Amino acid sequence: MSGQQIIGFEGVGRSFVHRDRELVATRDITVSIHEGEIVTIVGPSGCGKTTMLNLVAGLMAPSRGTVTYRGERVAALNGRTGYMTQSDHLLPWRDVASNIAVPLEIRGVPKAERQRRVEALMDLVGLAHFETSYPAALSGGMRKRTALARLLAYDPETLLLDEPFAALDAQLRLRMQTELVRLSRRLNKTVLFVTHDLDEAVALGDRCLVFSPRPGTIVRDVTIPLPRDRDMVALRQDPEYRRLCGELWEQVAPALDATASEFPEPLPS
Amino acid sequence: MKLFLGRALLIVAVLVVWDVSARTVTDEFFISRPELVAVKFLELVTSGRLFYHGWITVLETVAGFLTGAAAGILVGLLLGRNEGLARLVDPLLTAVNSLPKVALAPLFIMWFGIDLGMKIILTATIVFFLVFANTYNGVRSVDVQLLEILRLMGARERDLIAKVIVPSALQWVFAGLQLSVPYALIGAVIGEIMAANRGLGFLLQDAAGQLDTGGVFAALFAIVLLALLLQAVVRGTERWLTPWKVDGERREAAA
Ligand SMILES: Nc1ncnc2c1ncn2[C@@H]1O[C@H](COP(=O)(O)OP(=O)(O)OP(=O)(O)O)[C@@H](O)[C@H]1O
Ligand SMILES: [Mg+2]
Repeated sequence: MSGQQIIGFEGVGRSFVHRDRELVATRDITVSIHEGEIVTIVGPSGCGKTTMLNLVAGLMAPSRGTVTYRGERVAALNGRTGYMTQSDHLLPWRDVASNIAVPLEIRGVPKAERQRRVEALMDLVGLAHFETSYPAALSGGMRKRTALARLLAYDPETLLLDEPFAALDAQLRLRMQTELVRLSRRLNKTVLFVTHDLDEAVALGDRCLVFSPRPGTIVRDVTIPLPRDRDMVALRQDPEYRRLCGELWEQVAPALDATASEFPEPLPS
Repeated sequence: MKLFLGRALLIVAVLVVWDVSARTVTDEFFISRPELVAVKFLELVTSGRLFYHGWITVLETVAGFLTGAAAGILVGLLLGRNEGLARLVDPLLTAVNSLPKVALAPLFIMWFGIDLGMKIILTATIVFFLVFANTYNGVRSVDVQLLEILRLMGARERDLIAKVIVPSALQWVFAGLQLSVPYALIGAVIGEIMAANRGLGFLLQDAAGQLDTGGVFAALFAIVLLALLLQAVVRGTERWLTPWKVDGERREAAA
């Protein structure tokens, strides 16, 4: 089903210094992700999901262990990944159309070709007629869609998506999920997809990584035995899908029980 | 509309107080009267002196403003992107900047004579430091994550400068430019007061020399008009170059 390993985590931990104290965000992450896989990531807030994507993109280095990409250590920015961040990072001084065009401009795509592709992408994410709006005048969901279109415009081999559909309404989310699965299957993309929605994690993923509360580590690596090409609409009626969702809920519950330990004992003064 | 009415009333009130006090508690000799100032001003207009001298000052101010601003933006960009270089020249720049720039005027007169060039250089020096400081801060405050996300897309330094740093620093640059307008006029007018036979500063000095208070006020009025005009031009350019801000402002305040 899936190809060779593309992303490898080997005993990876990452800490931050916060007010002179070391804060361990994630620890002991060992996981292997294969080419063409869609891997969803769930876990409580602050457990290091975004940190994991940052490590793959090479935006930060691990404090412990190694992160590899196609067998090589990720030492600098990993240009083969495309990253749609949690806070979209659109350029406020560019309207929707020219935000989507940024990666094409960087790559030197000629203007006519650029316009054609931007138009197609805006249709895809349902933003036609908003090409001349600036990000400040968009809704949260529209900003996310613009960021997604920009990501698709530059067509990286691995997609890092941090809660990309969180701000979308149900219909639009279904449509975007369908497009994402269709596109990544057709182009054999590898996808890391962070979400807080367990049903979405099952619907999209070949695998789902369940994180524990901070210091976060992978407590479950759930294989989702649904076909690679899925019909997102039909899926909602599928008893197998329903069963898998229920199972995931049960597996996440013990992880949530541990939430209590997220609040450490007060330090003796 | 209400605001407009209020402002008009305020101006009328100031004029009335001025007029009454000139006739009673103070002396017309020292503060003139609105009516006399208006007459003087009209005289300046009809004789063409206003335009002749005004044009000289405009020339000096605009030329000094443009060269100073261009240099300030360039150096601000350069140092903003080169921390090592910025640290190297920091003491020097701070030292020169701590000087009141008009104190350089006598030196500039010695170096460049009393012609237009000297006023342009004085103005440019003043504007340079204001625009430089703002541009530098603008470049330093660029969102680092935004740069990294673009680098991930394969952006090179020149892409980053064109697509992120310049547009993001632009509003800082314009803040510096807005601030510079009155100072640019200080440079030009002080230069003219100290050594010149033309320009609004000369007009001012000339009227004062003849103890013509009305003429002094008329010249001051002309300088204010010029400042407002330049201010409006800067603001118009800002609106034109940063259309996203206008869009953002029009959006109603919300989280
Ligand atoms: N650049 C940083 N500097 C300091 N601390 C950081 C940084 N990035 C993350 N952290 C800390 O690391 C922990 C994990 O953060 P991370 O953003 O990975 O969480 P997350 O799982 O994505 O949470 P959420 O679901 O809320 O987005 C948090 O406690 C956060 O405060
Ligand atoms: Mg996150």
